[in-house]
Amino acid sequence: MSIADLKILSPFIILAATAVVVMLTIAFNRSHKLTVILTLSGLVLSAASLPLVSCTLPRLVTPLLMIDHYALFYIGLFVAASFAVAGLSYSYLEIQQGHREEFYLLLIIATLGCSVLAAADHFASFFLGIELLSVSLYALAAYLRHSDRGVEAGIKYLILAAVSSAFILFGMALVYAESGSMAFSNIAAFAVRPGAHDLLFLAGIVMILAGLGFKLAVVPFHMWTPDVYEGAPAPVTAFIATVSKGAVFALVLRYFTLIDIHYHAPLFAIFTIIAIASMFAGNLLALFQKNVKRILAYSSISHLGYLLVTVLASGPLASVAAAFYLTAYFITTLGAFGVVTVISEQDRDADRMDDYRGLAWRRPWLAGIFTLMLFSLAGIPLTAGFVGKFYIVAAGVGSALWLVVVMMIVNSMIGLFYYLRIIVAIFSHPEKEDKAIAGLSTSGSMVLASLVILLIWLGVYPGPMIEIIQNAMHF
Amino acid sequence: MILILLIIIPLIGGLAAWILGNRNSTLSRLLSLAALALDAILLISFWSNSAIQLDLSRGAWLIEVNKPWVPQLGITLHLAMDGLSLVLVALTIFLGIISVICSWTEIRERVGFFHMNLLWILAGILGVFMAVDLFLFYFFWELMLIPMYFLINIWGHENRVYASLKFFIFTQAGGLLMLLSILALYFIHGQDTGVYTFDYSLLRHTALSSQAAFWIMLGFIVAFIVKLPVVPFHPWLPDAHTEAPTAGSVVLAGLLLKTGAYGLLRFVLPLFPDAVATIGPVMLVLGVIGIIYGAVLAFGQTDLKRLVAYTSVSHMGFVLIGIFAGSQIALAGAIMQMVAHGISTGALFIIVGIIQERVHTREMGIMGGFWSAAPRLGGFGLVFALASLGLPGFGNFVAEFMVLLGSYRTHTVITMIAASGLVLAAIYSLWIVQRVFHGKRQDGLKLVDLSSRETGTMAAMLLVILWLGLYPQPVLKTVEPFLHTLQCCASQGGPAAIQGGGK
Repeated sequence: MSIADLKILSPFIILAATAVVVMLTIAFNRSHKLTVILTLSGLVLSAASLPLVSCTLPRLVTPLLMIDHYALFYIGLFVAASFAVAGLSYSYLEIQQGHREEFYLLLIIATLGCSVLAAADHFASFFLGIELLSVSLYALAAYLRHSDRGVEAGIKYLILAAVSSAFILFGMALVYAESGSMAFSNIAAFAVRPGAHDLLFLAGIVMILAGLGFKLAVVPFHMWTPDVYEGAPAPVTAFIATVSKGAVFALVLRYFTLIDIHYHAPLFAIFTIIAIASMFAGNLLALFQKNVKRILAYSSISHLGYLLVTVLASGPLASVAAAFYLTAYFITTLGAFGVVTVISEQDRDADRMDDYRGLAWRRPWLAGIFTLMLFSLAGIPLTAGFVGKFYIVAAGVGSALWLVVVMMIVNSMIGLFYYLRIIVAIFSHPEKEDKAIAGLSTSGSMVLASLVILLIWLGVYPGPMIEIIQNAMHF
Repeated sequence: MILILLIIIPLIGGLAAWILGNRNSTLSRLLSLAALALDAILLISFWSNSAIQLDLSRGAWLIEVNKPWVPQLGITLHLAMDGLSLVLVALTIFLGIISVICSWTEIRERVGFFHMNLLWILAGILGVFMAVDLFLFYFFWELMLIPMYFLINIWGHENRVYASLKFFIFTQAGGLLMLLSILALYFIHGQDTGVYTFDYSLLRHTALSSQAAFWIMLGFIVAFIVKLPVVPFHPWLPDAHTEAPTAGSVVLAGLLLKTGAYGLLRFVLPLFPDAVATIGPVMLVLGVIGIIYGAVLAFGQTDLKRLVAYTSVSHMGFVLIGIFAGSQIALAGAIMQMVAHGISTGALFIIVGIIQERVHTREMGIMGGFWSAAPRLGGFGLVFALASLGLPGFGNFVAEFMVLLGSYRTHTVITMIAASGLVLAAIYSLWIVQRVFHGKRQDGLKLVDLSSRETGTMAAMLLVILWLGLYPQPVLKTVEPFLHTLQCCASQGGPAAIQGGGK
């Protein structure tokens, strides 16, 4: 490994170093504020190193990591999202009891894992990334130890993530046994050679897909999602919903584009079924929920279903669509959970419908933000979600995937029902005058404000963002 | 630039009305009024410009702005105006002013937010009438929904949550199908020519196989006839109209329904002349069903506002027939009907609103004998009921007469059945007058006559509807060049082919 390689790895190195620094700081001086400042500056530094790296790309650093513009774009997205999560967590944890500082340590390690996933070009780095992410997430989900729900969420996530890792490992073994390589490029070459339809290889791929499906929470691997979303602290839920899924999706898109699912009819069929089933299951089950966090959980299942359309469409337009949709989805989901976070109280998260009834007249700004986020999830104009959905439908129509596109449209209609239900609650007339309203924390409101600005900017003038993405998507 | 200003002014006025209206509700009303008045002045000065008059006779865009928006996808900020847009934009601004004035005393809660929603709907509608980039059109199409949803959901009557949800879902469903069609058109054009664009003027010349054209057209048509609405896509309408506050009903009936008709005229007829010929007869039959069905159901209502809502279904049937009959006279009649119905039904909704504000019910069983207590209200009620039934002298007569005249030669049977709608209209209109204004007044029911503000509103609407009825020439002349551009497409087998098929 040369100096140039090290330089290219600097976003990763900075993240890892931040984790070490934060850990040592906690050992000597336990201060919530200091830890947050260190965490945020580590994330900023890591993000700042991205443009410096980007001139000498693409480059395979060791056989494990492929650092290209695709990876850098997603790393940037993950780091930015972690920044927002850390900002939201500060005010959330401030009112909690117990040690708060280790939270940020875990957050950074999870982000590092996600970054590795975005750049993974080898089974080893793939698995390393997945485990870095999962192990931090178990602890994060159960971070508030006094909450039964939180502990339940942690254990549930632990067991299912362990099972999914087992699936992935077994799948890797099968693929390795057939293809004789663990590097993606070699596997891809093996996969698209003429007559490559042998059963063991496909079985391996499908097992890997099943393991990844757990992480993405797509049907039929979605059972854990609502419980974990509900039980985990709101900022952690935001992280699981965005960064963790985004990282796995970035990997799925890269890996399955290389393997070329159009060449393997069974894979294509499996993806189609998973996509459509996720859309329907997510949206239909969300209709019956009374808990806002659970609604958002089911909604995220359906959104991943929409995203899988881009895997099916696979092409330059599709990967741009995926990246744009993910960006929009990150902003929206972080915003929605951000609102949940800032109005949560010490003893429980604000996840009941009643917490939102009449919010528009109590806290108009927060209500406005939440409404905007819900509209964006529903794909209504002026928001980033609209452009994202438009992009995915365009990618689907461009590849003549009429079935999934029509299913997506049908599901958008179903989705409207429950998004509007929350909005109706927000704008309904309050029955009782509420207790004194606590002021918003500075960090929380700043994060929310910037998310709203991004949301509207991407919804009204998406040109610059599309250009960034188009430049990044040549892989 | 004036086109962008027309849209921006209500948007900014709405924001200002909201922010400043938190403290002073009169201020927010005045601000909204000022914004719309500014729009009106802009439009009138534009319309009376002599160069525009000259352009009008040539039939090209009178004015357009074309700026890149998302160049990577070929999306432009392309707004343009021709005679058709001009007339509908004028109608929008007029009804906008009316609806601000008519909610002056009705809306007492969250006044600032109300006016923001109202003005944003108007901005969305203005955008729909002027956008000639299909993405932009879809953008505005969806944009006008959300404030309308809030308007019904927050300031509506008893069953508002249900009605607003139904409204939203119906129109969204249609809209998404249209999105599919727009994208299909975009990709077919892009793959044929290598130019990926959403621009109307370029997509107009896309070569489509007849099968593709049919399916793509169907997506557009569904979106538009849900909005119009055409039976069987109408169930959202009675609920939404009934539950909305008065201003909401005026905007819904007067403008939102017209966006559907506008879409048919602007996009379906020029883009798919051949496919229109195939589906034309079906649309005519649906139009006739709508006329009869709407009228019969209107007669069966006991809720006054619901009754007026169902008359819209009936009247929009004439618009549908006019559009698909394939003759210029019928088309001109359809456009006249759009304008005249907007004003006459808007006025009827305002009268219902006035009555409800005073007696707190819409049930006709409780009403009766209002004439003696409120003669001015009774007078206006009678006049607009007569306008709605198509009495000569009012705009509605001109419109329905032209539709029937234009379609008679090619579709005799359809026209004959449609004409019976006029008789039914007479029945339900006179029924309203009979039940509400005549008869015996219930004891203890107090009714104050119209205030000067209300009288002024009604008088203004009356003047316009009379003007349309007695001297429709300015409107017809303004839209005529647009009809000629349709005719040029028809020579390739559009409405002309329908005529051939009808014989």
